[in-house]
Amino acid sequence: MIETIWFVLWGVLWAVYFMLDGFDLGLGTLMPFVAKNEAEKRIVYNSMGPFWDGNEVWLITAGGVTFAAFPGTYAVMFSSLYSPLMFILFALILRGAALEMRGKAASTGGRKLWDMCLVVGSFVPALLFGVAFANIFRGIPIDGEGIYHGSLLGLLNPYGLLGGLLFLSLFLVHGCLWLAAKSEGDLHQRAAKMSGRIWIAALVAAALFLGYSAIETNLYDNYRAMPALFIIPFLAVCTLIVVRVFIGNASWWKAWFASCAAIAAAALFGVAGLYPALFPSSMGKAYTMTIYNSSSSPLALKIMLVVALIFVPIVIIYQAWAYSLFRGKVKEQDSGYEKVY
Amino acid sequence: MDTLMLSRLQFAVATYFHFLFVPLTLGLSMLIAIMETIYAVRGDEEYKAMARFWGKLFLINFAMGVVTGLTLEFQFGTNWSRYSRYVGDIFGPLLAIEATVTFFLESTFIAVWAFGWNRLSPKAHAVAIWLVALASSMSAIWILIANSWMQNPVGFAMKNGRPVLNDFMAVVTQGYAILTILHTLAGAYIVAGFFVMGISAYHLLRKPQDSFFLRSFRIALIFALVFSVFEVIEGHMHGAGLALKQPAKLASLEAHWNTSANAPVYLLAIPDPENDRNSIEIGRVPGALSLLAFHTPTATVTGLKDIPRDQRPPVAPTFVSFRLMVMLGMLFLLLTATGFFLRNRLASNRLYLKVMIYAIPLPYIACALGWTVTEIGRQPWIVYGLMKTADAVSPVSSSQVAASLAAFTIVYTLLGIAAFSLIARQARKGPEAVPKVQPARQEDGV
Repeated sequence: MIETIWFVLWGVLWAVYFMLDGFDLGLGTLMPFVAKNEAEKRIVYNSMGPFWDGNEVWLITAGGVTFAAFPGTYAVMFSSLYSPLMFILFALILRGAALEMRGKAASTGGRKLWDMCLVVGSFVPALLFGVAFANIFRGIPIDGEGIYHGSLLGLLNPYGLLGGLLFLSLFLVHGCLWLAAKSEGDLHQRAAKMSGRIWIAALVAAALFLGYSAIETNLYDNYRAMPALFIIPFLAVCTLIVVRVFIGNASWWKAWFASCAAIAAAALFGVAGLYPALFPSSMGKAYTMTIYNSSSSPLALKIMLVVALIFVPIVIIYQAWAYSLFRGKVKEQDSGYEKVY
Repeated sequence: MDTLMLSRLQFAVATYFHFLFVPLTLGLSMLIAIMETIYAVRGDEEYKAMARFWGKLFLINFAMGVVTGLTLEFQFGTNWSRYSRYVGDIFGPLLAIEATVTFFLESTFIAVWAFGWNRLSPKAHAVAIWLVALASSMSAIWILIANSWMQNPVGFAMKNGRPVLNDFMAVVTQGYAILTILHTLAGAYIVAGFFVMGISAYHLLRKPQDSFFLRSFRIALIFALVFSVFEVIEGHMHGAGLALKQPAKLASLEAHWNTSANAPVYLLAIPDPENDRNSIEIGRVPGALSLLAFHTPTATVTGLKDIPRDQRPPVAPTFVSFRLMVMLGMLFLLLTATGFFLRNRLASNRLYLKVMIYAIPLPYIACALGWTVTEIGRQPWIVYGLMKTADAVSPVSSSQVAASLAAFTIVYTLLGIAAFSLIARQARKGPEAVPKVQPARQEDGV
């Protein structure tokens, strides 16, 4: 029972991470395409400045909870996906450094270099998280020892790539919407226009992914066994359509919130299909890491549950407060990024 | 090289690099909180300028700490998967709790602080930096509890060949952890104290009567002095704790070969691990080791010869690192005590100010040496007495680890250069111009 609770929390943590960090990963990828001059670039950086770090802690927590609640899964997942994870890590390092140091660079050349770090550092995780999770849904070639029998390129199979494109396009839309809500003038116009265009790509990717999953994975087994679960992919599609409606109305904040819901529902679609597996093996059912063969002891799970029940609501409250503290539009005259510090 | 050695090197690179930024984060956040509190209470704009100036340096450093910390958490899984699976029941929850309880707080409020100068009242803004300071120290506490469990595993029962948690409070409140926490935090606060003193000294050499840097220097001086005194006392207790829990580490950090009562300390020794002896021993202080370890000169201290070879840590690096660390600790006490006597005529003592500039890196080095003693001194164990490091490594190919190790080395070198040159440039530039007279609340509600 408590293993199942932790499975749900595990899925929710990843979903919240994608929903929050998704917008700054998407916006970071798009930065050079949407911002045309130095002032606009600064506004883009500033619009993410107060948030990216807090968002990334959800990743640290998701990783920490995988370790704590399902150490067996953590061990196999992280070691078998060694190379893609290293790519994600290096990307996140460069991105974090860029977000902090770009505003203090002395020369134009230095700023350009950091801009590149931001773009690469945002694009790589956005794509590879999708590739990694799609491959997890599909099953990873691991044996009973947790040893990986595939290659790095093997992860870039059509289904994996489709997963990557789905994540990427959702995050790009998410980032555009954030910028549209946070900016004014030309920058706002460009972000608004882009959001509608990329939305089409996201919708196509989502539809293909839902269909392809039926062929390539066993995710739908759970759905057939418990049809009520279909509400999750249904919500994912509905909220994605609602995003388009709000884009049409130019209601940017509403569109962004709908996009949050769409990303979370997309992630949970896969997670619900996995249960009770966390990390399926494609080499035999016996090698699959599940909540039964990889979880911590009931005492450890109980202690963490108490901690989570007390602290996660507190975290949500103060993070929501911080979001609302910086809710307004980022204006050029604030020139915040350099001056605030 | 094999996967094990490469993984050990990679973890060493990643932790040493991470710990170039962590101590300053821990200590400088406290100092900034003190400065900003003085501003919030007295309304003296100079203290606000101080919080902003040191805050600018702090933020560069903080971001580096965050991005390099993420890799450490992931490396337990990528490179030490057998370890992760083995200790997951106890080590995992400590990391997860750290993230949930403290890291969110730290990361959220650092942004509130950095971007919120015009959005919060001075008091609320000072509260934000206090939350950052407390959360980062709390965060360190959880991590150190986890590390201490690797040094001195408690609160578990073996079940199916794995340690399984059976007493959480025993894990959290064990003596070894408390000593480690006090030692590490005090060390971090010394780093920050010397950092602020050194940069202030640089400016005072150019502008001797600059009240901004005189005040900064004095705040940092008191802070560093208090913790330097504390560290010497605590360091002694720490050694005594070690004597009980990890005799092999104690014996190797003193290069003590023969089990004996009245065990001596040598002022200078060169260990010769091949032949189980020291090739040179000078300045014998009889009974000193027994006294330090067990508070009585006649106590028996286990020597390395009575510990099987395959359970001994590498003696030379442990021994040398320990000596240097202790010497540096004494030097910090000397430098801060000197500063205390000079506190009202700091500006006129140019030699002292110059020394303090060059002293900036020393506490960093002392921290690195301390971790060397702790971690190499625990070898060959990854979890003391339970699991050997050699059994903990992931079943990944050595070529993968070689590639990531090369990438870490290159990326971290470049990042280190970028970060420290940026910090140095901002430090040299000095604070923004301070308006002379101004009502304290003018900036509110902009």
